[in-house]
Amino acid sequence: MKYKGRFGDYGGFYVPEVLIPVLEELEEAFYRFYEDQQFVAELSQLSREYAGRPSPLYYAKRFSEHVGFKVYLKREDLLHGGAHKVNNTLGQGLLAKYMGKTKLIAETGAGQHGLATAMIGALFGMETKIFMGVIDIERQSVNVHKMKLCGAEVIDVEGGTGTLKDAINDALRYWTGHVTDTFYLFGSACGPHPYPTIVKHFQTCIGKEARQQCLEQLGKLPDMIVACVGGGSNAIGIFSGFIDDKDVRLIGVEAGGRSLNSGKHAATLVVGSVGILHGAKAYLLQDEEGQIHDTESVSAGLDYPAVGPEHCLLKDTGRAEYVAAEDDEVLDAFGLLSKSEGILPALESAHALAYLVGQKGKLDADQIVVVNLSGRGDKDVSIVEKRRPLEN
Amino acid sequence: MKTYNQVFSELKGQNRTALIPFFVIGDPDFDTSVRIVKTAIDAGADVLELGIPFSDPIADGPTIQKADIRAMKSGMNLGKALKFIRKVKDYRDVPIGLLMYYNLVYQYGTEKFFNDFHKAGVNSVLVADLSIDDADEIIGPAASAGLDTVFMVTSVTGPERMKLIASKTTGFIYTVSLLGVTGSRENLSDTIEGLIGKLKELTNVPVCVGFGISKPEHAAAVAQAGADGVIIGSKIVGLIENNLNDREKMLAKISTFLGEVKNAI
Repeated sequence: MKYKGRFGDYGGFYVPEVLIPVLEELEEAFYRFYEDQQFVAELSQLSREYAGRPSPLYYAKRFSEHVGFKVYLKREDLLHGGAHKVNNTLGQGLLAKYMGKTKLIAETGAGQHGLATAMIGALFGMETKIFMGVIDIERQSVNVHKMKLCGAEVIDVEGGTGTLKDAINDALRYWTGHVTDTFYLFGSACGPHPYPTIVKHFQTCIGKEARQQCLEQLGKLPDMIVACVGGGSNAIGIFSGFIDDKDVRLIGVEAGGRSLNSGKHAATLVVGSVGILHGAKAYLLQDEEGQIHDTESVSAGLDYPAVGPEHCLLKDTGRAEYVAAEDDEVLDAFGLLSKSEGILPALESAHALAYLVGQKGKLDADQIVVVNLSGRGDKDVSIVEKRRPLEN
Repeated sequence: MKTYNQVFSELKGQNRTALIPFFVIGDPDFDTSVRIVKTAIDAGADVLELGIPFSDPIADGPTIQKADIRAMKSGMNLGKALKFIRKVKDYRDVPIGLLMYYNLVYQYGTEKFFNDFHKAGVNSVLVADLSIDDADEIIGPAASAGLDTVFMVTSVTGPERMKLIASKTTGFIYTVSLLGVTGSRENLSDTIEGLIGKLKELTNVPVCVGFGISKPEHAAAVAQAGADGVIIGSKIVGLIENNLNDREKMLAKISTFLGEVKNAI
């Protein structure tokens, strides 16, 4: 490898020897193409015409009235596929095409990354396999069906807890046997180098746009940026635009699950400890010997026991703050945004909104908060229906 | 304590190839696992490759994943693994290589892990998810603990990298005979002969071959191709899985299979 892929001591590429050549090939291709004029032009056109960028920055007036300060939503939920995931899959998919790869594989939790990969597989005419845990397949069946409609094969992953972690395990295993023609389109800003760097790069558009929109629409920068954190791609995407603006607070909201005390959660940065999983050194949820814990969250996309290495560094340096929102608060926030704005947020993104509800009375009325509304909630309607049945 | 060097030299003198079975410690439970390993020694195992189960074994196929789950369910942990190794060493002084995932070593503390397991009778610790690029994280502690180093080479490892790996290996090179995770295969890769040849030009340390060897004929072919040792994992772990309801039959099958391989190499 040309670079070490470290964020402080975090990150790196802790993978079996068989994966090193293919990661080297990926690193080399990324640095060859990411600033290449033709690549940039093609990606920019697709982002605009296929994905629907730029996404709007929307002032959520009635939601703001509820919490008592000004809330702006970065509407990644309006992108094609219904989430920020398409930014990354377009970028990596195009990279795969430039590299001459003909097959895509991806892991998925909530199904958003799987769907965004399946779309790109269809767009570029590449054979696509999506690895998904059996529990996630059950709770995100709509997305599973959509992936199949786009022509992707969805592979059941039964190992472990049948969630995102296990899907990554199996995708990595498959990849080790098919490194020559297959591109592993990794979904979050975690995993082995160069993925954290690549995924962040393709998600920085969120932060760049949001910063510019703040300056244009508000005439100033916001006081706070809030984003949910599972692996951390949407958060690092929006944080990156404001990282040098020291007065802008950056808040990452993890999945508090049932509660932090119950142990049934996925609040890796909030309560985890440092270790090595899925190719990177990062905060993990693990026992004393280093066995990885099962996680639990109402949102499949945050149900993951590790986190991107750059977030680990941002936590340690204090540049970003990480908190957790519990399932019940998240479901309340889901309801509140739906009722007050007519916008159904993804349960993942609803974690960020739940944090805002908790800030009621703690921020001044003129303070401005930008929330990365990373995805839309259509996929979650049946879960919400089960957990919060409608009165009539 | 017998060293790799002693064992491989002895075998070389007899023009034989080392039989190296792999087991997950504690699969399916502590006591049966001890009996299985003793059976393997009696059947002619020259070196043992042992894994401590991990929750997320990304380099392993379904057979060994299931073994990890069985062992963890029966309560295997690092303390018991130390006890297990001492028991095996009490039975016979056969060199033991551990096959680990890094997080377990890291959480225990790399130096302490190497020291404690060396004292228990381990000769080397191969960390499946630590490549030569970060090998410095373990080479120093391994040397001070008195352990040999074992690293992997695959058919897609480039020549320069192969040279680097060979130069940092003191125990033996674990050569992966085909792409992918561990698991039995019908056919062996035909690239293995070239791979062994290349490695032999680079180093004097023994070259052992693993991944996918499931028949005595495979083992014979690998030995013919010049390998110093044949590592067999999934095939025998599969014999455990397929005979869980009859321990005596399980032991007999393992003994017979390893005996056949022993004769073939």
